[in-house]
Amino acid sequence: MRIAVIGAGVVGSLIARELCRYDVEVLLIEKNLDVGWGVTKANSAILHAGYDDPVGSVRSRFCSVGNSMYTELSRELDFEIKRTGSYVLAFNDEEIAVLHRLLKQGEKNNVPGLELHDRDTILSREPRVNPEVKMGLWAPTAGITEPWMVAIAAVENALENGLKLFLNEEVVDFERQNGRIVGIVTNKAKHRVDVVINAAGLFADEIAKRVGAEFVPLHPRKGEYILLDKKLGSTVRSIIFPAPTEKSKGILVLPTIDGGLLLGPTAEDLPSDRKHDLSTTSQGLEAVKGFVLKLVPGIDFSMAVKTFAGLRPESPQKDFFIRASDSVKNFVNVMAMRSPGLTAAPAIARYVVEEILQQQLGLKFSPKRDFNPLRKGIKKYAELSVEEWQRAVKESPAAGRMVCFCNEVTEVEIIEAIRRGARTLDGVKFRTRAMFGRCQGGFCMSRILKILERELGLDASKIVLKSPSSWIIDGKVRE
Amino acid sequence: MKTDVLVIGAGAAGMAAAIAAAKNGLKVIVAERDEITGGILNQCIHNGFGLHYFREELTGPEYAERFRERLSEYTDAIQVLTDCHVLKLNRDKKALLVSPKGVFELETKVVIYAAGARERPFGSLMIPGDRPSGIFTAGVAQRLMNIDNRKIGNRALIVGSGDIGMIMARRLTLEGTEVVGVVERLPYPGGLLRNVIQCLKDFNIPLYLSSTVVEVRGKERLEEVVVAKVDEQFRPIPGTEKIFKVDTLVLSVGLIPQVEMLDSLVSLDARTRGIACSSTGQSSCEWIFAAGNCTAIFDLVDYVTREGERAGEYASRYVIGERFTRGVPIVPGENVMLTFPNFYSDVDDLTLYVRCRKPMERAVLKVGSFERVFEDLIPSEMIVVKVPRQKLTGLGRIEVTLQEV
Ligand SMILES: Cc1cc2nc3c(=O)[nH]c(=O)nc-3n(C[C@H](O)[C@H](O)[C@H](O)COP(=O)(O)OP(=O)(O)OC[C@H]3O[C@@H](n4cnc5c(N)ncnc54)[C@H](O)[C@@H]3O)c2cc1C
Ligand SMILES: Cc1cc2nc3c(=O)[nH]c(=O)nc-3n(C[C@H](O)[C@H](O)[C@H](O)COP(=O)(O)OP(=O)(O)OC[C@H]3O[C@@H](n4cnc5c(N)ncnc54)[C@H](O)[C@@H]3O)c2cc1C
Repeated sequence: MRIAVIGAGVVGSLIARELCRYDVEVLLIEKNLDVGWGVTKANSAILHAGYDDPVGSVRSRFCSVGNSMYTELSRELDFEIKRTGSYVLAFNDEEIAVLHRLLKQGEKNNVPGLELHDRDTILSREPRVNPEVKMGLWAPTAGITEPWMVAIAAVENALENGLKLFLNEEVVDFERQNGRIVGIVTNKAKHRVDVVINAAGLFADEIAKRVGAEFVPLHPRKGEYILLDKKLGSTVRSIIFPAPTEKSKGILVLPTIDGGLLLGPTAEDLPSDRKHDLSTTSQGLEAVKGFVLKLVPGIDFSMAVKTFAGLRPESPQKDFFIRASDSVKNFVNVMAMRSPGLTAAPAIARYVVEEILQQQLGLKFSPKRDFNPLRKGIKKYAELSVEEWQRAVKESPAAGRMVCFCNEVTEVEIIEAIRRGARTLDGVKFRTRAMFGRCQGGFCMSRILKILERELGLDASKIVLKSPSSWIIDGKVRE
Repeated sequence: MKTDVLVIGAGAAGMAAAIAAAKNGLKVIVAERDEITGGILNQCIHNGFGLHYFREELTGPEYAERFRERLSEYTDAIQVLTDCHVLKLNRDKKALLVSPKGVFELETKVVIYAAGARERPFGSLMIPGDRPSGIFTAGVAQRLMNIDNRKIGNRALIVGSGDIGMIMARRLTLEGTEVVGVVERLPYPGGLLRNVIQCLKDFNIPLYLSSTVVEVRGKERLEEVVVAKVDEQFRPIPGTEKIFKVDTLVLSVGLIPQVEMLDSLVSLDARTRGIACSSTGQSSCEWIFAAGNCTAIFDLVDYVTREGERAGEYASRYVIGERFTRGVPIVPGENVMLTFPNFYSDVDDLTLYVRCRKPMERAVLKVGSFERVFEDLIPSEMIVVKVPRQKLTGLGRIEVTLQEV
């Protein structure tokens, strides 16, 4: 049996890995040059506790379960998570009422450990938050991760277990016979398939339309962010939320896994034809700045290292849409993955494979006997002891050549990222964190370009930042 | 391993410091993370280096080469480790060095920190818009072109009219990239008049003053840059936007002293953002001395060399047993943006570097009971003056002012 997953975001990648546990042929088709570069690349990176999804919603069904699955998943796939905990802060009576409502909702959603904290407790743990705070909802299971790393790790592990990955390949059409899909047509090839899982993120509605299956319409909701230097990373220890409104969870202040401070996101609804609009705006960035100061006064914006935007795939129902199609018998939609899609993804992946495919569609899979659930991340030499590192350098001198000084990435790590599939500057960046630090590649970009050139046997003019036409240099200055 | 002096960084400052320490008979190790010594000089292939120090006009690589030769005259005393990154410096005077030859700890008696500066990245400007390829800082562009022989694009706009920005405008033009303009948010050029003429006017490159980039566009490679006029508070004025169709944007918007490795060991100066130093080059941690662009951003390499020598001299005297007081604080006053050093320790006359706040035709510099008139002052050009020791005695605090006359 051949099962194709469309879209290598966190959802599609985890589904693909889940499928690799069984004796089936798994195809993962992704239009970008690398995995995890859709919605998964730009979001708040939070493992939500699960108190803010309406009771009975599909979101609530998967959020807290997904959250708890991350502990084991991060151990198996060797990516980082940090259980920082989160606070929702209330500054007036109305907001206090919101906290009480969230607490009840959280308890119904089986979120463990929720507590209401008074001002003094909050300030003793988070001394930098606005001292006018009155009450806070504490959620100890909330945490942070690197979302693209979850996708990368899942795909690397799946490849180890037989996955066929097709990058830079866009699904453009389908071949059908008797109400079933028999083939996927991409811009490059045709793939014969028995089952198709649509995890195409923002574009999942368009895929479903092409297939002729049910779908919910998606429109992008933009979220803009400002990332600040590591020097400010310890400003807060946990994730600081304002009291949520009808529309969104609000603009937050939170630490990132690699020690920076993230501010955002805004929430701006865009028409459905702007799914490629990842631009930041002056209004958006100003809104972020203005808002976060109410939560955490005195943030120094001159320490910004980057601004970016992400797009949530939002639907009128504001809920995930995960189900086998009624009209096309071998097609499954996993769409409308707005927040907390990252958190829910591991639970969704298991649900899709175990319940939808095996129980509802009655597909019979036998477990793969030699499935290996473990993947090792790229070794970080700067974290080794001096003795271990010394030994590694004796074996491979490149382990002692620091390439990215800000995030302490050695040449061996860059080479390893390329061996694992990085073909672009961003590919190296998202796998190693090189160029991610305070100088944003000022010192290391040109060196990484040379390493890519050498390892891939390509001229630098053929190496791109992130997409086919995002060239970096245009030949030589002189022959 | 053990040494008397560990010099971190072998740019102009580090090389000069090492030589000064070796002259005092000490054992010196210089660690440089690049493959060769010289630092930023190696990529600055234009001339304009060494007029004060050598009384000759050299290119950056030539200037570096002279010091490389001098270093090699002290092979007994100085060991230069290139391709060697100093990863950590601990309170117990032990450093962790990482290189393809090995990872090892080095114990030293004194450190001279000369790590230079880094460039402000694009992201720190918070310019709205897309995130395409084709946006480079000047230093990256310079390295790609001058060292790696790469052409970075076909049509470029430059942000920042400091000397580096203007020199890059000329370089790009000479290498076949059309430069459509240089954008500067101040109402006057940020660099030397000489460079306005030699790098822009001579090549017909327009300079847009009181202007800034308000948006960048391009889903893959850069396609358009939107520039607008700004008011006195540097706020863009709506309706003044102008679109440049370019595939390349080069940013030359300032250098930041590299201090992060020492963050928890020494204090910094709020104005320079560099390591707060006394006139001996000593930091707040008595066994750490510092010099060059990691203390304050200097215009001329000649000054950096002199500061390196000074730090090398006092650091060696410290190893030999001499002790210095931190001294009295030197603070910027009227019309002064920043001053260096940050403290005056009464062992010698004071060599003072001053950057003014705004262009001035004529101004009196006052430091203690010392006064001198300067003409044609601009913020981009540092004033350097030697203040005799006796003019500074008895002061608890030294305020530096520039009164317009
Ligand atoms: C601003 C913002 C903040 C968020 N914050 C959080 C948070 O803190 N916590 C949380 O849990 N969730 C959060 N989310 C939600 C979370 O990011 C998403 O739910 C999740 O990343 C969705 O993953 P995905 O795999 O469904 O989509 P994607 O990552 O977009 O993956 C879909 C993939 O399909 C590919 N594709 C599309 N069309 C085709 C085609 N025709 N052919 C081939 N490939 C195709 C795309 O290129 C893409 O890589 C946030 C989202 C946003 C935007
Ligand atoms: C583009 C440009 C153009 C210029 N043009 C002129 C000009 O025309 N005339 C003029 O006089 N001056 C000019 N200057 C100024 C002058 O060149 C510099 O001020 C001077 O060279 C700085 O020297 P430095 O030693 O302080 O720093 P750098 O040259 O930056 O040296 C610092 C060295 O430390 C190393 N280092 C840092 N951290 C570590 C670590 N942890 N471990 C090991 N090594 C480390 C770095 O690799 C680097 O080599 C120019 C500067 C620039 C940037």
